[in-house]
Amino acid sequence: MKAKIHVTLKQGILDPQGKAIEHALGSLGFKNAGNVRVGKYMEVEVNETDKAKADAAVKAMCEKLLANTIVEEYRYELQ
Amino acid sequence: MKIGVVVFPGSNCDHDCQHIFKDVLGQSVEMIWHKETSLAGLDAIVLPGGFSYGDYLRTGAIAKFSPVMGLVKEFAKGGGMVLGICNGFQILLEAGMLPGAMLRNKSLHFICKDLSVKVENAATSFTSACQPGQVLKIPIAHADGNYYTDPVTLAAMQANAQIVLRYCTPEGKVTPEANPNGSLDNIAGIINAAGNVLGMMPHPERCAETVLGNDDGKLIFLSMLESLKQGKKPLQMAPA
Repeated sequence: MKAKIHVTLKQGILDPQGKAIEHALGSLGFKNAGNVRVGKYMEVEVNETDKAKADAAVKAMCEKLLANTIVEEYRYELQ
Repeated sequence: MKIGVVVFPGSNCDHDCQHIFKDVLGQSVEMIWHKETSLAGLDAIVLPGGFSYGDYLRTGAIAKFSPVMGLVKEFAKGGGMVLGICNGFQILLEAGMLPGAMLRNKSLHFICKDLSVKVENAATSFTSACQPGQVLKIPIAHADGNYYTDPVTLAAMQANAQIVLRYCTPEGKVTPEANPNGSLDNIAGIINAAGNVLGMMPHPERCAETVLGNDDGKLIFLSMLESLKQGKKPLQMAPA
């Protein structure tokens, strides 16, 4: 199965890159753009056919390495 | 004393640390490759600055799983002194040996310059050679030094005097303007509750001999050696 994983800074934690992009969008005339958050997107092939097992594995990967849960949150989908 | 300097792929301040301890302070130094499986005979360990594993994913995120880190954790649990400088500090955070995490500098810039830091706690094993409130001029060189932790942990660290170094003006005033990177509470360096693991973003090894025009950083290393001499045990901190 393939896991598509998104890691972003938690809401409430300053995202300097997001702020810079938000500012740039504003300068370009996109006055309707706000609250830009920058994150990471990762794809992982998980060698499991059972969805529950794959789900548990991906969750463990996120908790252990892919996200720092002190400042980041993650979400993923399995296909 | 025998000091171990851990070398990760991408460490680049390891030889500076070796130079200070060996050539400037006359100690024995062992370079510890990150795949090392024994830390026997070492009195203190330094995790040096650099870009371990290219800073891939997050600073220190991959280094924390290096084989040597399990030994470093055991060493610290047994009361051994561990100093993490810059990337070494980031690794200590990722490894959970110190609380909190590093965010990108508020300005998004990589900042490399001399800064003033105030010794907020001069009773630790890493700062005992400093005067309380002393202002040290030490350079920083990082893009991810914006320290963050949750309010409960911050309050506990403040109450327990675990915030050892804070960015300040040259006169010693801790102000928002003196904060280079957005770090919470102007934090430049923190110590664990047990008092034997210190992480700091400034680079004392880059200013520890007079020939370089500044030896303020030497105080950190002298403090460590003095503490080791006094019975090889870190000074006890107040319980958390």
